[in-house]
Amino acid sequence: MRANRVFYRNARVYARTWRSGVFFSFFQPLLFLSAIGFGVGKLIGADAPGGRGYLAFLAPALLAAACMQTATFESTYPLLGKIQWRRTYEAILATPISVKDLFAGEIRWLAMRMLMVGGTFAAVMLLLGVGRTPWMAASLFAAILTGLVFATAISAFTARSKTGSEFNWLFRFVITPMFLFSGTFFPIDRLPEYLQPVAILTPLYHGVILARGFATETLTAYESVPHFAYLLLVFGAAYWLALRGFTKRLAS
Amino acid sequence: MQTASEPLIKARGLTKKFGSFVAVDAIDFDVHRGEAFGFLGPNGAGKTSTMKMIGCASPVTAGEMSVAGMSPRTHASQIKARIGVVPQLDNLDAELTVRQNLEIYARFFDISKHEARKRADELLDFVQLTEKAEAEVESLSGGMRRRLTIARALINEPDLILLDEPTTGLDPQARHLLWERLYRLKQKGVTLVITTHYMDEAEQLCDRLVVMDKAKIVTEGTPRQLIDSSVSKEVLELRLSDAQTASLDGLLEEASERIEKLPDRFLLYTEDGEKSLAFLHSRGVETLSALVRRSTLEDVFLQVTGRTLVE
Repeated sequence: MRANRVFYRNARVYARTWRSGVFFSFFQPLLFLSAIGFGVGKLIGADAPGGRGYLAFLAPALLAAACMQTATFESTYPLLGKIQWRRTYEAILATPISVKDLFAGEIRWLAMRMLMVGGTFAAVMLLLGVGRTPWMAASLFAAILTGLVFATAISAFTARSKTGSEFNWLFRFVITPMFLFSGTFFPIDRLPEYLQPVAILTPLYHGVILARGFATETLTAYESVPHFAYLLLVFGAAYWLALRGFTKRLAS
Repeated sequence: MQTASEPLIKARGLTKKFGSFVAVDAIDFDVHRGEAFGFLGPNGAGKTSTMKMIGCASPVTAGEMSVAGMSPRTHASQIKARIGVVPQLDNLDAELTVRQNLEIYARFFDISKHEARKRADELLDFVQLTEKAEAEVESLSGGMRRRLTIARALINEPDLILLDEPTTGLDPQARHLLWERLYRLKQKGVTLVITTHYMDEAEQLCDRLVVMDKAKIVTEGTPRQLIDSSVSKEVLELRLSDAQTASLDGLLEEASERIEKLPDRFLLYTEDGEKSLAFLHSRGVETLSALVRRSTLEDVFLQVTGRTLVE
Protein backbone atom coordinates (compact mmCIF):
# COMPACT_ATOMS: atom_id res chain seq x y z
CA MET A 1 0.00 0.00 0.00
CA ARG A 2 1.52 3.29 -1.13
CA ALA A 3 0.23 5.32 1.84
CA ASN A 4 2.74 3.41 3.98
CA ARG A 5 5.58 5.04 2.02
CA VAL A 6 4.39 8.44 3.22
CA PHE A 7 4.11 7.05 6.74
CA TYR A 8 7.66 5.76 6.41
CA ARG A 9 8.98 9.15 5.30
CA ASN A 10 7.40 10.80 8.35
CA ALA A 11 8.74 8.11 10.65
CA ARG A 12 12.26 8.71 9.33
CA VAL A 13 11.90 12.45 9.84
CA TYR A 14 10.64 11.80 13.38
CA ALA A 15 13.52 9.42 14.06
CA ARG A 16 15.88 12.35 13.59
CA THR A 17 14.17 14.64 16.09
CA TRP A 18 12.24 12.56 18.63
CA ARG A 19 14.76 12.96 21.45
CA SER A 20 13.91 16.61 21.94
CA GLY A 21 10.22 15.87 22.46
CA VAL A 22 10.09 12.64 24.41
CA PHE A 23 11.22 14.08 27.76
CA PHE A 24 8.63 16.79 27.46
CA SER A 25 5.78 14.45 26.58
CA PHE A 26 6.41 12.35 29.70
CA PHE A 27 7.27 14.96 32.34
CA GLN A 28 4.70 17.51 31.29
CA PRO A 29 1.72 15.22 32.06
CA LEU A 30 3.50 13.81 35.12
CA LEU A 31 3.97 17.26 36.64
CA PHE A 32 0.57 18.47 35.59
CA LEU A 33 -1.38 15.47 36.81
CA SER A 34 0.59 15.34 40.07
CA ALA A 35 -0.27 18.95 40.75
CA ILE A 36 -3.93 18.28 40.02
CA GLY A 37 -4.03 15.07 42.02
CA PHE A 38 -2.14 16.24 45.09
CA GLY A 39 -3.08 19.91 44.99
CA VAL A 40 -6.30 20.91 43.24
CA GLY A 41 -7.85 17.49 43.81
CA LYS A 42 -7.39 17.85 47.58
CA LEU A 43 -9.07 21.26 47.53
CA ILE A 44 -12.09 19.92 45.69
CA GLY A 45 -12.11 16.73 47.70
CA ALA A 46 -15.28 14.65 47.75
CA ASP A 47 -17.22 17.31 45.79
CA ALA A 48 -15.45 16.22 42.59
CA PRO A 49 -17.90 15.17 39.84
CA GLY A 50 -18.14 11.42 39.30
CA GLY A 51 -17.32 10.68 42.93
CA ARG A 52 -13.81 9.28 42.30
CA GLY A 53 -11.77 12.34 42.98
CA TYR A 54 -10.91 15.21 40.70
CA LEU A 55 -7.82 13.56 39.22
CA ALA A 56 -9.88 10.63 37.92
CA PHE A 57 -12.38 13.13 36.50
CA LEU A 58 -9.84 15.39 34.83
CA ALA A 59 -6.99 13.11 33.68
CA PRO A 60 -8.91 11.12 30.99
CA ALA A 61 -10.33 14.39 29.63
CA LEU A 62 -6.81 15.76 29.35
CA LEU A 63 -5.79 12.55 27.58
CA ALA A 64 -8.39 13.26 24.88
CA ALA A 65 -7.36 16.92 24.83
CA ALA A 66 -3.66 15.97 24.46
CA CYS A 67 -4.52 14.00 21.32
CA MET A 68 -6.59 16.92 20.07
CA GLN A 69 -3.70 19.31 20.63
CA THR A 70 -1.13 17.07 18.96
CA ALA A 71 -3.39 16.61 15.95
CA THR A 72 -4.20 20.31 15.80
CA PHE A 73 -0.61 21.43 15.94
CA GLU A 74 0.63 18.88 13.39
CA SER A 75 -2.19 19.76 10.98
CA THR A 76 -1.49 23.49 10.92
CA TYR A 77 2.01 24.95 10.43
CA PRO A 78 3.91 21.72 9.63
CA LEU A 79 1.22 20.71 7.13
CA LEU A 80 1.10 24.09 5.40
CA GLY A 81 4.89 23.95 5.28
CA LYS A 82 4.74 20.71 3.34
CA ILE A 83 2.01 22.04 1.05
CA GLN A 84 3.40 25.48 0.39
CA TRP A 85 6.60 26.69 1.99
CA ARG A 86 8.78 23.65 1.46
CA ARG A 87 6.63 22.01 -1.22
CA THR A 88 7.42 18.56 0.12
CA TYR A 89 4.13 17.27 -1.22
CA GLU A 90 4.86 18.55 -4.72
CA ALA A 91 7.97 16.35 -4.70
CA ILE A 92 6.12 13.32 -3.33
CA LEU A 93 3.28 13.69 -5.84
CA ALA A 94 5.79 13.55 -8.71
CA THR A 95 6.24 9.87 -7.79
CA PRO A 96 3.58 7.15 -8.17
CA ILE A 97 2.03 8.37 -4.90
CA SER A 98 -1.43 9.89 -5.45
CA VAL A 99 -3.14 12.58 -3.38
CA LYS A 100 -5.26 9.85 -1.77
CA ASP A 101 -2.17 7.84 -0.81
CA LEU A 102 -0.52 10.98 0.50
CA PHE A 103 -3.38 12.00 2.75
CA ALA A 104 -3.99 8.46 4.00
CA GLY A 105 -0.29 8.21 4.90
CA GLU A 106 -0.36 11.50 6.77
CA ILE A 107 -3.44 10.51 8.77
CA ARG A 108 -1.93 7.14 9.63
CA TRP A 109 1.22 8.83 10.81
CA LEU A 110 -0.78 11.26 12.95
CA ALA A 111 -2.60 8.30 14.51
CA MET A 112 0.82 6.90 15.35
CA ARG A 113 1.94 10.20 16.88
CA MET A 114 -1.20 10.29 19.01
CA LEU A 115 -0.59 6.72 20.06
CA MET A 116 2.84 7.83 21.30
CA VAL A 117 1.70 11.04 23.00
CA GLY A 118 -1.54 9.54 24.35
CA GLY A 119 0.19 6.28 25.29
CA THR A 120 2.73 8.18 27.39
CA PHE A 121 -0.06 10.18 28.96
CA ALA A 122 -2.04 7.03 29.76
CA ALA A 123 1.07 5.45 31.29
CA VAL A 124 1.42 8.43 33.60
CA MET A 125 -2.24 8.06 34.58
CA LEU A 126 -1.71 4.42 35.46
CA LEU A 127 1.39 5.41 37.39
CA LEU A 128 -0.69 7.84 39.44
CA GLY A 129 -3.33 5.21 40.08
CA VAL A 130 -5.99 6.46 37.67
CA GLY A 131 -7.70 3.60 35.86
CA ARG A 132 -6.84 -0.02 35.09
CA THR A 133 -4.93 -1.34 32.08
CA PRO A 134 -7.54 -2.88 29.74
CA TRP A 135 -9.98 -0.03 30.30
CA MET A 136 -7.24 2.50 29.85
CA ALA A 137 -6.58 1.05 26.39
CA ALA A 138 -10.21 1.73 25.46
CA SER A 139 -9.86 5.23 26.85
CA LEU A 140 -6.72 5.78 24.75
CA PHE A 141 -8.49 4.47 21.66
CA ALA A 142 -11.31 6.99 22.15
CA ALA A 143 -8.76 9.75 22.66
CA ILE A 144 -6.97 8.86 19.41
CA LEU A 145 -10.24 8.80 17.49
CA THR A 146 -10.98 12.26 18.88
CA GLY A 147 -7.56 13.40 17.71
CA LEU A 148 -8.21 11.99 14.22
CA VAL A 149 -11.38 14.05 13.94
CA PHE A 150 -9.30 17.16 14.58
CA ALA A 151 -6.48 15.99 12.30
CA THR A 152 -8.84 15.64 9.33
CA ALA A 153 -10.97 18.71 10.07
CA ILE A 154 -7.98 20.98 10.53
CA SER A 155 -6.21 19.49 7.49
CA ALA A 156 -9.31 20.44 5.50
CA PHE A 157 -8.97 23.97 6.90
CA THR A 158 -5.21 24.13 6.23
CA ALA A 159 -5.60 22.90 2.65
CA ARG A 160 -7.62 26.06 2.03
CA SER A 161 -5.33 28.41 3.95
CA LYS A 162 -3.09 30.72 1.92
CA THR A 163 -0.69 32.12 4.49
CA GLY A 164 -1.35 30.42 7.82
CA SER A 165 -2.39 33.71 9.42
CA GLU A 166 -5.77 32.10 10.16
CA PHE A 167 -4.17 29.61 12.54
CA ASN A 168 -3.89 32.05 15.43
CA TRP A 169 -7.56 32.77 15.06
CA LEU A 170 -8.27 29.03 15.04
CA PHE A 171 -6.25 28.40 18.22
CA ARG A 172 -7.70 31.35 20.12
CA PHE A 173 -11.33 31.18 19.19
CA VAL A 174 -11.92 27.49 18.48
CA ILE A 175 -9.36 25.19 20.07
CA THR A 176 -8.76 26.95 23.39
CA PRO A 177 -12.46 27.57 24.22
CA MET A 178 -13.20 23.97 23.24
CA PHE A 179 -10.43 22.77 25.52
CA LEU A 180 -11.86 24.76 28.44
CA PHE A 181 -15.60 24.34 27.99
CA SER A 182 -16.28 20.90 26.45
CA GLY A 183 -16.71 19.11 29.75
CA THR A 184 -12.98 18.73 30.30
CA PHE A 185 -12.51 20.64 33.57
CA PHE A 186 -16.14 20.61 34.73
CA PRO A 187 -19.37 18.95 33.56
CA ILE A 188 -21.18 20.93 30.90
CA ASP A 189 -24.32 21.24 33.06
CA ARG A 190 -22.44 24.04 34.83
CA LEU A 191 -22.47 26.03 31.58
CA PRO A 192 -25.29 28.52 30.92
CA GLU A 193 -28.17 26.58 29.42
CA TYR A 194 -27.92 28.20 25.97
CA LEU A 195 -24.25 27.17 25.68
CA GLN A 196 -24.78 23.52 26.51
CA PRO A 197 -25.96 22.50 22.99
CA VAL A 198 -22.87 24.21 21.56
CA ALA A 199 -20.62 22.15 23.84
CA ILE A 200 -22.46 18.98 22.83
CA LEU A 201 -21.73 19.69 19.16
CA THR A 202 -17.97 19.77 19.72
CA PRO A 203 -16.10 16.54 18.96
CA LEU A 204 -14.01 17.01 22.09
CA TYR A 205 -17.10 16.72 24.31
CA HIS A 206 -17.82 13.23 22.93
CA GLY A 207 -14.16 12.24 23.14
CA VAL A 208 -14.06 13.34 26.76
CA ILE A 209 -17.24 11.40 27.66
CA LEU A 210 -15.75 8.26 26.10
CA ALA A 211 -12.20 8.62 27.47
CA ARG A 212 -13.49 9.41 30.96
CA GLY A 213 -16.21 6.82 30.86
CA PHE A 214 -13.76 4.04 29.99
CA ALA A 215 -10.96 5.16 32.32
CA THR A 216 -13.32 5.35 35.29
CA GLU A 217 -15.31 2.30 34.14
CA THR A 218 -18.57 4.22 34.31
CA LEU A 219 -19.70 3.95 30.69
CA THR A 220 -21.31 0.86 29.20
CA ALA A 221 -20.61 -0.27 25.65
CA TYR A 222 -24.23 0.55 24.76
CA GLU A 223 -23.93 4.08 26.13
CA SER A 224 -20.73 4.67 24.14
CA VAL A 225 -22.35 3.98 20.74
CA PRO A 226 -23.86 7.42 19.98
CA HIS A 227 -20.62 9.14 20.97
CA PHE A 228 -18.53 6.88 18.74
CA ALA A 229 -21.07 7.30 15.95
CA TYR A 230 -20.86 11.09 16.17
CA LEU A 231 -17.05 11.08 16.12
CA LEU A 232 -16.95 8.68 13.15
CA LEU A 233 -19.48 10.76 11.25
CA VAL A 234 -17.48 13.97 11.68
CA PHE A 235 -14.26 12.10 10.88
CA GLY A 236 -15.72 10.78 7.62
CA ALA A 237 -17.05 14.16 6.54
CA ALA A 238 -13.81 15.94 7.45
CA TYR A 239 -11.73 13.32 5.65
CA TRP A 240 -13.73 13.87 2.47
CA LEU A 241 -13.43 17.66 2.76
CA ALA A 242 -9.69 17.44 3.41
CA LEU A 243 -9.15 15.18 0.41
CA ARG A 244 -11.07 17.59 -1.79
CA GLY A 245 -9.02 20.48 -0.47
CA PHE A 246 -5.75 18.63 -1.01
CA THR A 247 -6.69 17.69 -4.57
CA LYS A 248 -7.64 21.24 -5.43
CA ARG A 249 -4.51 22.67 -3.85
CA LEU A 250 -1.95 20.13 -5.01
CA ALA A 251 -3.28 18.70 -8.27
CA SER A 252 -5.15 21.35 -10.23
CA MET B 1 2.81 -0.73 -24.62
CA GLN B 2 3.99 1.43 -27.43
CA THR B 3 6.27 0.72 -30.32
CA ALA B 4 9.74 2.21 -30.71
CA SER B 5 8.75 4.50 -33.56
CA GLU B 6 5.85 6.05 -31.71
CA PRO B 7 6.64 9.37 -29.98
CA LEU B 8 7.32 9.14 -26.25
CA ILE B 9 5.04 12.12 -25.73
CA LYS B 10 2.28 12.96 -28.13
CA ALA B 11 0.01 15.96 -27.58
CA ARG B 12 -2.91 17.04 -29.76
CA GLY B 13 -5.00 20.06 -28.94
CA LEU B 14 -3.54 20.00 -25.43
CA THR B 15 -5.29 22.65 -23.34
CA LYS B 16 -5.05 23.87 -19.76
CA LYS B 17 -7.50 26.32 -18.26
CA PHE B 18 -7.69 27.77 -14.77
CA GLY B 19 -11.24 29.05 -14.60
CA SER B 20 -11.57 31.32 -17.61
CA PHE B 21 -7.80 31.84 -17.92
CA VAL B 22 -6.25 29.82 -20.74
CA ALA B 23 -2.70 28.80 -19.75
CA VAL B 24 -2.14 26.39 -22.66
CA ASP B 25 -4.21 26.83 -25.79
CA ALA B 26 -4.67 23.69 -27.90
CA ILE B 27 -1.02 22.94 -28.65
CA ASP B 28 0.30 19.99 -30.69
CA PHE B 29 3.75 18.47 -30.29
CA ASP B 30 5.65 15.17 -30.37
CA VAL B 31 8.70 14.30 -28.31
CA HIS B 32 10.70 11.36 -29.61
CA ARG B 33 12.61 8.83 -27.59
CA GLY B 34 16.17 9.86 -26.76
CA GLU B 35 15.92 13.46 -27.87
CA ALA B 36 16.31 16.65 -25.88
CA PHE B 37 13.23 18.75 -26.47
CA GLY B 38 12.95 22.36 -25.39
CA PHE B 39 10.08 24.68 -24.53
CA LEU B 40 11.15 28.30 -24.90
CA GLY B 41 9.14 31.32 -24.04
CA PRO B 42 8.72 34.32 -21.79
CA ASN B 43 7.24 34.01 -18.30
CA GLY B 44 3.58 33.11 -18.43
CA ALA B 45 3.76 31.58 -21.92
CA GLY B 46 2.43 28.23 -20.64
CA LYS B 47 5.68 26.24 -20.44
CA THR B 48 5.35 25.19 -16.81
CA SER B 49 1.66 24.32 -17.19
CA THR B 50 2.58 22.08 -20.12
CA MET B 51 5.32 20.40 -18.08
CA LYS B 52 2.92 19.82 -15.18
CA MET B 53 0.44 18.13 -17.48
CA ILE B 54 3.14 15.84 -18.86
CA GLY B 55 4.22 14.99 -15.30
CA CYS B 56 0.61 14.24 -14.28
CA ALA B 57 0.80 16.94 -11.60
CA SER B 58 -1.99 18.91 -13.21
CA PRO B 59 -5.01 17.44 -15.02
CA VAL B 60 -5.43 18.03 -18.75
CA THR B 61 -8.41 20.34 -19.33
CA ALA B 62 -9.00 19.36 -22.96
CA GLY B 63 -7.30 17.67 -25.87
CA GLU B 64 -5.32 14.45 -25.99
CA MET B 65 -1.96 13.48 -24.63
CA SER B 66 -0.12 10.22 -24.29
CA VAL B 67 3.10 9.67 -22.36
CA ALA B 68 4.88 6.37 -23.06
CA GLY B 69 1.66 5.24 -24.70
CA MET B 70 -0.48 5.92 -21.63
CA SER B 71 -3.00 8.63 -20.80
CA PRO B 72 -2.38 10.84 -17.75
CA ARG B 73 -6.13 10.72 -17.11
CA THR B 74 -6.14 7.00 -16.44
CA HIS B 75 -2.53 5.94 -15.75
CA ALA B 76 -1.01 8.77 -13.71
CA SER B 77 0.85 6.52 -11.27
CA GLN B 78 2.25 4.31 -14.04
CA ILE B 79 3.44 7.34 -16.01
CA LYS B 80 4.95 9.00 -12.95
CA ALA B 81 6.85 5.78 -12.22
CA ARG B 82 8.83 6.33 -15.45
CA ILE B 83 9.44 10.06 -15.18
CA GLY B 84 11.97 12.11 -13.24
CA VAL B 85 11.00 15.68 -12.39
CA VAL B 86 13.31 18.63 -11.75
CA PRO B 87 10.96 21.46 -10.78
CA GLN B 88 11.58 25.17 -11.23
CA LEU B 89 11.78 25.80 -7.48
CA ASP B 90 13.62 23.39 -5.22
CA ASN B 91 11.42 21.03 -3.29
CA LEU B 92 14.05 18.91 -1.59
CA ASP B 93 13.00 17.47 1.74
CA ALA B 94 14.60 19.87 4.21
CA GLU B 95 13.72 17.57 7.10
CA LEU B 96 16.05 14.86 5.77
CA THR B 97 19.76 14.56 4.97
CA VAL B 98 21.18 14.58 1.45
CA ARG B 99 21.39 10.79 1.33
CA GLN B 100 17.94 10.32 2.83
CA ASN B 101 16.53 12.62 0.17
CA LEU B 102 17.48 9.94 -2.32
CA GLU B 103 16.86 6.77 -0.31
CA ILE B 104 13.49 7.72 1.12
CA TYR B 105 12.38 9.17 -2.21
CA ALA B 106 13.24 5.81 -3.78
CA ARG B 107 10.73 4.15 -1.47
CA PHE B 108 7.93 6.15 -3.11
CA PHE B 109 8.78 4.19 -6.28
CA ASP B 110 8.68 0.87 -4.42
CA ILE B 111 12.43 0.47 -4.83
CA SER B 112 13.83 -1.90 -2.19
CA LYS B 113 15.93 -0.44 0.63
CA HIS B 114 18.99 -2.31 -0.54
CA GLU B 115 18.63 -1.14 -4.14
CA ALA B 116 17.85 2.41 -2.96
CA ARG B 117 21.12 2.53 -1.01
CA LYS B 118 23.08 1.30 -4.03
CA ARG B 119 21.47 3.81 -6.40
CA ALA B 120 21.92 6.63 -3.91
CA ASP B 121 25.67 5.91 -3.78
CA GLU B 122 25.93 5.89 -7.56
CA LEU B 123 23.89 9.04 -8.01
CA LEU B 124 25.73 10.98 -5.30
CA ASP B 125 28.88 10.14 -7.20
CA PHE B 126 27.31 11.12 -10.53
CA VAL B 127 26.38 14.58 -9.26
CA GLN B 128 29.57 14.94 -7.20
CA LEU B 129 27.90 15.11 -3.81
CA THR B 130 29.40 12.01 -2.18
CA GLU B 131 31.17 14.12 0.43
CA LYS B 132 27.91 15.84 1.32
CA ALA B 133 25.95 12.61 1.77
CA GLU B 134 25.27 13.08 5.48
CA ALA B 135 24.85 16.88 5.30
CA GLU B 136 21.63 18.76 5.90
CA VAL B 137 19.95 19.98 2.73
CA GLU B 138 19.87 23.49 4.21
CA SER B 139 23.67 23.62 4.14
CA LEU B 140 23.96 23.08 0.36
CA SER B 141 24.68 25.83 -2.14
CA GLY B 142 22.23 26.59 -4.94
CA GLY B 143 24.23 24.54 -7.46
CA MET B 144 24.48 21.58 -5.08
CA ARG B 145 20.75 21.66 -4.41
CA ARG B 146 20.07 21.56 -8.15
CA ARG B 147 22.42 18.62 -8.57
CA LEU B 148 20.77 16.79 -5.70
CA THR B 149 17.38 17.48 -7.29
CA ILE B 150 18.67 15.99 -10.53
CA ALA B 151 20.05 12.95 -8.69
CA ARG B 152 16.66 12.52 -7.03
CA ALA B 153 14.93 12.73 -10.42
CA LEU B 154 17.14 9.83 -11.58
CA ILE B 155 16.47 7.51 -8.63
CA ASN B 156 13.79 5.55 -10.52
CA GLU B 157 15.97 5.24 -13.65
CA PRO B 158 13.43 7.22 -15.68
CA ASP B 159 12.89 7.09 -19.46
CA LEU B 160 12.00 10.76 -19.41
CA ILE B 161 13.24 13.69 -17.35
CA LEU B 162 11.28 16.92 -17.11
CA LEU B 163 13.49 19.89 -16.32
CA ASP B 164 11.74 23.19 -15.62
CA GLU B 165 14.31 25.97 -15.94
CA PRO B 166 17.10 23.79 -14.60
CA THR B 167 19.83 26.41 -14.40
CA THR B 168 17.93 29.55 -13.44
CA GLY B 169 19.80 31.32 -10.65
CA LEU B 170 23.01 29.29 -10.91
CA ASP B 171 26.49 30.69 -11.38
CA PRO B 172 28.33 29.92 -14.67
CA GLN B 173 30.42 27.06 -13.25
CA ALA B 174 27.39 25.37 -11.77
CA ARG B 175 25.50 25.76 -15.06
CA HIS B 176 28.28 24.20 -17.09
CA LEU B 177 28.60 21.26 -14.70
CA LEU B 178 24.85 20.71 -14.92
CA TRP B 179 24.83 20.89 -18.72
CA GLU B 180 27.62 18.36 -18.86
CA ARG B 181 25.68 15.93 -16.62
CA LEU B 182 22.54 16.42 -18.70
CA TYR B 183 24.51 15.80 -21.86
CA ARG B 184 25.78 12.52 -20.40
CA LEU B 185 22.25 11.46 -19.58
CA LYS B 186 21.22 12.20 -23.14
CA GLN B 187 24.12 10.06 -24.37
CA LYS B 188 22.70 7.22 -22.30
CA GLY B 189 19.40 7.52 -24.20
CA VAL B 190 17.33 9.34 -21.61
CA THR B 191 14.74 11.67 -23.13
CA LEU B 192 14.95 15.23 -21.80
CA VAL B 193 12.20 17.83 -21.88
CA ILE B 194 13.50 21.23 -20.86
CA THR B 195 11.95 24.62 -20.39
CA THR B 196 14.29 27.55 -20.38
CA HIS B 197 14.68 31.28 -20.61
CA TYR B 198 18.25 30.96 -21.75
CA MET B 199 19.02 30.79 -25.44
CA ASP B 200 22.54 29.46 -24.87
CA GLU B 201 21.05 26.65 -22.80
CA ALA B 202 18.57 25.79 -25.52
CA GLU B 203 21.30 25.82 -28.19
CA GLN B 204 23.60 23.70 -26.02
CA LEU B 205 21.09 21.08 -24.96
CA CYS B 206 18.11 20.88 -27.27
CA ASP B 207 17.87 18.81 -30.43
CA ARG B 208 14.51 20.30 -31.16
CA LEU B 209 12.49 23.04 -29.60
CA VAL B 210 9.25 24.95 -29.75
CA VAL B 211 8.80 28.60 -28.88
CA MET B 212 5.68 29.33 -26.85
CA ASP B 213 4.04 32.71 -26.50
CA LYS B 214 0.65 33.56 -25.00
CA ALA B 215 -0.30 29.90 -24.45
CA LYS B 216 0.43 28.86 -28.06
CA ILE B 217 3.34 27.37 -29.97
CA VAL B 218 4.57 30.04 -32.37
CA THR B 219 7.40 28.18 -34.08
CA GLU B 220 9.31 24.91 -33.91
CA GLY B 221 12.38 23.15 -35.29
CA THR B 222 16.03 22.46 -34.53
CA PRO B 223 17.97 25.46 -33.18
CA ARG B 224 19.80 25.75 -36.52
CA GLN B 225 16.61 25.50 -38.59
CA LEU B 226 14.97 28.18 -36.53
CA ILE B 227 17.90 30.53 -36.93
CA ASP B 228 18.27 29.88 -40.66
CA SER B 229 14.61 30.20 -41.46
CA SER B 230 13.63 33.10 -39.22
CA VAL B 231 16.55 35.50 -39.23
CA SER B 232 19.46 36.59 -41.41
CA LYS B 233 22.93 35.15 -40.92
CA GLU B 234 24.51 37.99 -39.01
CA VAL B 235 23.54 40.73 -36.61
CA LEU B 236 25.16 44.12 -36.30
CA GLU B 237 24.64 45.56 -32.84
CA LEU B 238 24.96 49.34 -32.75
CA ARG B 239 24.98 51.90 -30.00
CA LEU B 240 24.49 55.45 -31.19
CA SER B 241 24.38 58.86 -29.54
CA ASP B 242 20.95 60.48 -29.31
CA ALA B 243 22.03 63.18 -31.78
CA GLN B 244 23.17 60.55 -34.26
CA THR B 245 19.96 58.54 -33.77
CA ALA B 246 17.91 61.66 -34.57
CA SER B 247 19.74 62.27 -37.86
CA LEU B 248 19.82 58.74 -39.30
CA ASP B 249 17.24 59.44 -41.97
CA GLY B 250 16.59 55.86 -43.03
CA LEU B 251 20.27 54.84 -43.26
CA LEU B 252 19.86 51.83 -40.97
CA GLU B 253 17.04 50.48 -43.11
CA GLU B 254 19.20 50.88 -46.15
CA ALA B 255 22.05 48.96 -44.50
CA SER B 256 20.06 45.90 -43.37
CA GLU B 257 17.14 43.57 -44.01
CA ARG B 258 15.39 44.24 -40.73
CA ILE B 259 15.91 46.37 -37.64
CA GLU B 260 15.06 45.66 -34.03
CA LYS B 261 15.16 48.70 -31.77
CA LEU B 262 15.99 47.84 -28.16
CA PRO B 263 16.06 50.40 -25.36
CA ASP B 264 19.84 50.80 -25.49
CA ARG B 265 20.83 49.69 -28.97
CA PHE B 266 19.82 48.72 -32.51
CA LEU B 267 20.01 45.21 -33.91
CA LEU B 268 20.53 45.17 -37.68
CA TYR B 269 19.81 41.83 -39.34
CA THR B 270 22.01 41.39 -42.37
CA GLU B 271 23.86 38.79 -44.44
CA ASP B 272 27.21 40.52 -43.90
CA GLY B 273 27.61 42.59 -40.75
CA GLU B 274 31.01 44.09 -41.65
CA LYS B 275 29.71 45.26 -44.99
CA SER B 276 26.69 46.92 -43.39
CA LEU B 277 28.94 48.63 -40.86
CA ALA B 278 31.31 49.84 -43.59
CA PHE B 279 28.31 51.23 -45.47
CA LEU B 280 27.16 53.17 -42.41
CA HIS B 281 30.64 54.53 -41.74
CA SER B 282 30.97 55.60 -45.40
CA ARG B 283 27.76 57.63 -44.94
CA GLY B 284 29.23 59.41 -41.94
CA VAL B 285 27.36 57.54 -39.18
CA GLU B 286 29.33 57.74 -35.93
CA THR B 287 28.88 54.71 -33.70
CA LEU B 288 29.53 54.62 -29.94
CA SER B 289 30.07 50.90 -30.31
CA ALA B 290 29.51 48.33 -33.03
CA LEU B 291 29.56 44.55 -32.80
CA VAL B 292 29.09 41.98 -35.55
CA ARG B 293 27.95 38.53 -34.43
CA ARG B 294 26.19 35.45 -35.73
CA SER B 295 22.44 35.27 -35.31
CA THR B 296 21.30 33.26 -32.30
CA LEU B 297 18.09 31.83 -30.94
CA GLU B 298 17.67 35.04 -28.99
CA ASP B 299 17.17 36.83 -32.30
CA VAL B 300 14.67 34.20 -33.42
CA PHE B 301 12.88 34.78 -30.19
CA LEU B 302 12.74 38.54 -30.68
CA GLN B 303 11.45 37.98 -34.16
CA VAL B 304 8.66 35.53 -33.36
CA THR B 305 7.42 36.93 -30.07
CA GLY B 306 8.29 40.56 -30.64
CA ARG B 307 9.90 40.96 -27.24
CA THR B 308 12.97 40.24 -25.20
CA LEU B 309 13.09 37.08 -23.16
CA VAL B 310 13.52 38.18 -19.58
CA GLU B 311 10.82 40.69 -18.88
